[in-house]
Amino acid sequence: MSRMNIVVHLKEGVRDPAGEAVQHVLRDMGFPVEHLRIGRHITLELPGAEGEDAVRLGREMAEHLLANPVLEQFSVEVRS
Amino acid sequence: MKVAVVTFPGSNCDRDAIKALSRIPVETVPVWHRETDLGGASAVILPGGFAYGDYLRAGALAAHSPVMGAVRRLVDAGGRVLGICNGFQILTESGFLPGALAMNISRRFQCEWVQVQVEQALPGLPFAAGERFSLPIANGEGRYIPDPSRPLGRDAVLFLSYRDRAGRPHNPNGSWRELAGVARADGRVIGLMPHPERASARWLGGEDGLRFLRLWTRGVGASVC
Repeated sequence: MSRMNIVVHLKEGVRDPAGEAVQHVLRDMGFPVEHLRIGRHITLELPGAEGEDAVRLGREMAEHLLANPVLEQFSVEVRS
Repeated sequence: MKVAVVTFPGSNCDRDAIKALSRIPVETVPVWHRETDLGGASAVILPGGFAYGDYLRAGALAAHSPVMGAVRRLVDAGGRVLGICNGFQILTESGFLPGALAMNISRRFQCEWVQVQVEQALPGLPFAAGERFSLPIANGEGRYIPDPSRPLGRDAVLFLSYRDRAGRPHNPNGSWRELAGVARADGRVIGLMPHPERASARWLGGEDGLRFLRLWTRGVGASVC
């Protein structure tokens, strides 16, 4: 069984209005934040898939549903 | 011939679309998203709303509903599909149309009346380039972002753009080139953010949406009932 973390975030160059709002408030609070971007973090368990197979399935899930390739990038991390 | 109107879990303009089509009048067939058959319809509307609660991304989960296979077969056989607002998002998420719809630059749910202008006539449909419609928009994710790997101008075109009352370009949500609607170049697939079904009676604020739907249904060969 593999446990997987899939992180999806907007591509560079795609403006993130929600991230800009959060950054604005953090700066108002006194934190000198720059380049804040909001992403999505998906955790899942995949019984019966290990290592390379699990990574391949994670990438397939991200490419076909979890991320939109026009807007977003993703990373897949597998822990067996 | 009939127009199918799909209901996804979270659609909220399906009944409005059926009602608007009945005012043309055009025969409609309501279709649940789990169905794999469009009930003999020659065209289909994917209505507005919040399919699957917009979870993950607007339209992303609905793009994988069983009915989308039937929509694909209909379009391949020469039928037509019109995606309105959330329906447009479903059409981009499912790859029928290029690009994506992202959160409005304003961060607001934009709910207002806009003018849209036909930028390009489409084969088999009686929309004239330059023709304008006054329609309401109601969306949080209406900012069109083009797909560099599928640029508009080839298999798909910029069909509708936002205008102000004087006809000048207007941009309520940060959309690329004031884009309000995209169409496949053959006219079989159209997606737009504004809601024609919400402008289908004078007491709703205007009838331009009814005019838009009437033109579209003429193209689909829908019979008057």
